[in-house]
Amino acid sequence: MHPILKLVAQRLALSTVLLLAASVLIFVGTQILPGDVAQSILGQGATPENLANLREELGLNQPAISRYFSWLGDVLHGDLGTALTNGRDIAESLGYRLKNTLFLAFWAAIISVPLAIFLGLLAVRYKDRWPDKLISAVTLTSISIPEFLIGYVLMYFIAVKLGWFSSVAMINDSMSLGEKLNAIALPVMVLTLVVLAHMMRMTRAAILNVMQSAYVETAELKGLSSFDVIRKHAFPNAIAPIVNVVMLNLAYLVVGVVVIEVVFVYPGMGQYLVDHVSKRDVPVVQACGLIFAAVYIGLNMIADIVSILANPRLRHPK
Amino acid sequence: MKNIPISAMIGLFFTALYFFIAIFAPWIAPYGMAEVAGDVWEPSSAKFLLGTDSIGRDLLTRMIYGGRTTIFIATMATILSFTTGATLGFLAAVSGGWIDQVLSRFVDLIMSIPSLIFALVVLSVMPVTIPVLILVMGLLDATRVFRLARAVAVDITVMDYVEAARLRGEKIVWIIFREILPNALSPLVAEMGLRFIFMVLFVSTLSFLGLGVQPPQADWGGIVKENKDGIVYGIPAALVPAFAIATLAISVNLVADWVLNRTTSLKGGRG
Repeated sequence: MHPILKLVAQRLALSTVLLLAASVLIFVGTQILPGDVAQSILGQGATPENLANLREELGLNQPAISRYFSWLGDVLHGDLGTALTNGRDIAESLGYRLKNTLFLAFWAAIISVPLAIFLGLLAVRYKDRWPDKLISAVTLTSISIPEFLIGYVLMYFIAVKLGWFSSVAMINDSMSLGEKLNAIALPVMVLTLVVLAHMMRMTRAAILNVMQSAYVETAELKGLSSFDVIRKHAFPNAIAPIVNVVMLNLAYLVVGVVVIEVVFVYPGMGQYLVDHVSKRDVPVVQACGLIFAAVYIGLNMIADIVSILANPRLRHPK
Repeated sequence: MKNIPISAMIGLFFTALYFFIAIFAPWIAPYGMAEVAGDVWEPSSAKFLLGTDSIGRDLLTRMIYGGRTTIFIATMATILSFTTGATLGFLAAVSGGWIDQVLSRFVDLIMSIPSLIFALVVLSVMPVTIPVLILVMGLLDATRVFRLARAVAVDITVMDYVEAARLRGEKIVWIIFREILPNALSPLVAEMGLRFIFMVLFVSTLSFLGLGVQPPQADWGGIVKENKDGIVYGIPAALVPAFAIATLAISVNLVADWVLNRTTSLKGGRG
C-alpha cells in the first residue's frame, strides 16, 4: 500500500477507536451519579411506582455494561432512542437541528477563515507597528469576554440601537436563502469574532515562524517587496500550520455554536442539548454529546491528516 | 519586586482590587444580596449607581456578590485542577512506563470531547450545586494542566540532581515535591493565570445556560441570564458583567504575561 494511504488509514482507525472510547466516556458520565438517575429525573416527590416504571423504561435494572452495548448497538443502526420528556424520536428531531447548526457554522467559517488569514498576514506585514498592535489588542479583548456576552453586546448595539438586524435568529424551511442569511447575520458575526481572534493569532505566529527562516531573508535581500516575500515564499510554507489552525478553530466553532444558539434562540443542536440538560433528559443528552464529540474528533483528525500530507518530514516517521 | 513593568502593575492592581471586593463583599455592597430596593430596571442614579435589575434589586450589589461567587468558584476550581493535574503530570513524568501511558492516553481521551459538552453531559444527571460545579470544572481542566506539567517535568527528570536524588534512595513523593516542583513552578504559575480566566469564562457560561450557580445566589453569568430580556428594550443591565469579566481577564493576563516573560528571558533570571 502507498505509505500516505496507509497513514491516512491509520489515522482513520485511530479516530474510530477514539470515538468508541468517547462514547464509553459519555455513557459513564451519565451514570456516575451516586444515587439513581430515575430519582434525579423525577425529583424528591416521586412515588415508588413512578420510580419503578421509569427504571424499567430506562432499563436501569440491567447492569451498566449490557445497557451500554444495547445503546451503542442502537446508535450504530441509526436509532438514537426516544426523548423522555416528549416521547419523540431523537434522530428525527436531531436531523433537522443538525442541518441548521451546520448551516450556521458553515457561514461563520466562510467569513472568518479568509478574514483571519488576511488579518494575520496584515499583522505580520506591519509587525510591531500600529496595525499589528491594534489587531492584537482587539483580539485579546474578544478572547477575554465569553461568547454569550459578545452576543449580547452586538445584539444591544446593532440590533436594538441601530436596528439593522433582528435580535433573534428564528429560521424555518419556508424562508428563502436571503431571508435566512439576514436572520443569522448577528450569530454569524459573533461566531466570526470568537474564532477570528484565535485563528488570527495562531496564523500570525505560524507565519512569523516561517519569516525567520533563511530563504525568506534571501528573498528580502534580493529586493522583493514585502508582500511578495510573504505571498511567494512565506505563505506556501506556512500553509500546513495554517490549515491545522483553521481545522482546530472549526472544531472550536462547533462548541461556540452551543452557547450562541441559546443567545439568539436559534433552532439548532446546541439549543436542543441545553434545553434537555436542564430537563434531565438523559437519552437526548447522550445522543447530542456523541454527535458533538464525533464532529470534534473528525475535524481534529482532518487537521492531523492535512498536516502530515503538507509536511514531507511527517510522512516518514522514524 | 522593584522593576515591575507598568502593564503588570496595572494588572496586579486590578486583580487585587477584584479579589479585595470579592472577599469583603458584605461590607462594600450598599444593599443586601437579594434585597428588592427599587423599581424594575431603574436607570443609574445616585441611589443605584448601576441602576436596578429585572426584579428591582440594586445591580451594583448583585455585581459585587456575583463577583464573589464567580471568583470563589473559579479560584477553587483552579486550585483543584492544579493540584490534581500537576501531581498526576509529575507522577507520569517521574514513573514513566505504563503509569505514564495509562494516564496520558486517558487524558487524550477526555480532551477528545469538548469540555463544555462533557460538562453538560455530566451536569445533566448531577445535582447542580457549587461543590459539584467546582469538582466538574476542576477535574475537566486538570487534563490541560496535566499535559503542561508532564511536558515540563519530563525535561527536569533527566537532570543530574534528580538522578542524584534517585541514587540516594529518595521516595517518589520527595522527588516530585522537593526536586521537580520548585523547578517547574514558574511556567505553572503563568499557566495558572490563564486557567483561572478560563474558569471564570466557563462558570459564567454554565450559569448563563442555567446550569451553573442557581438563583437567588448571584454570579456574573447569572446576572446576564436574569437581565437578558431587557436588551430588546434597550436596557443595558445585562452588559455590565461583560465589562467586569473583560477587565478581570485582561488584568490577570497582564500579570501572567509578565510572569512568563520573567521566566523565559535570560536577563530576568528565575528569582
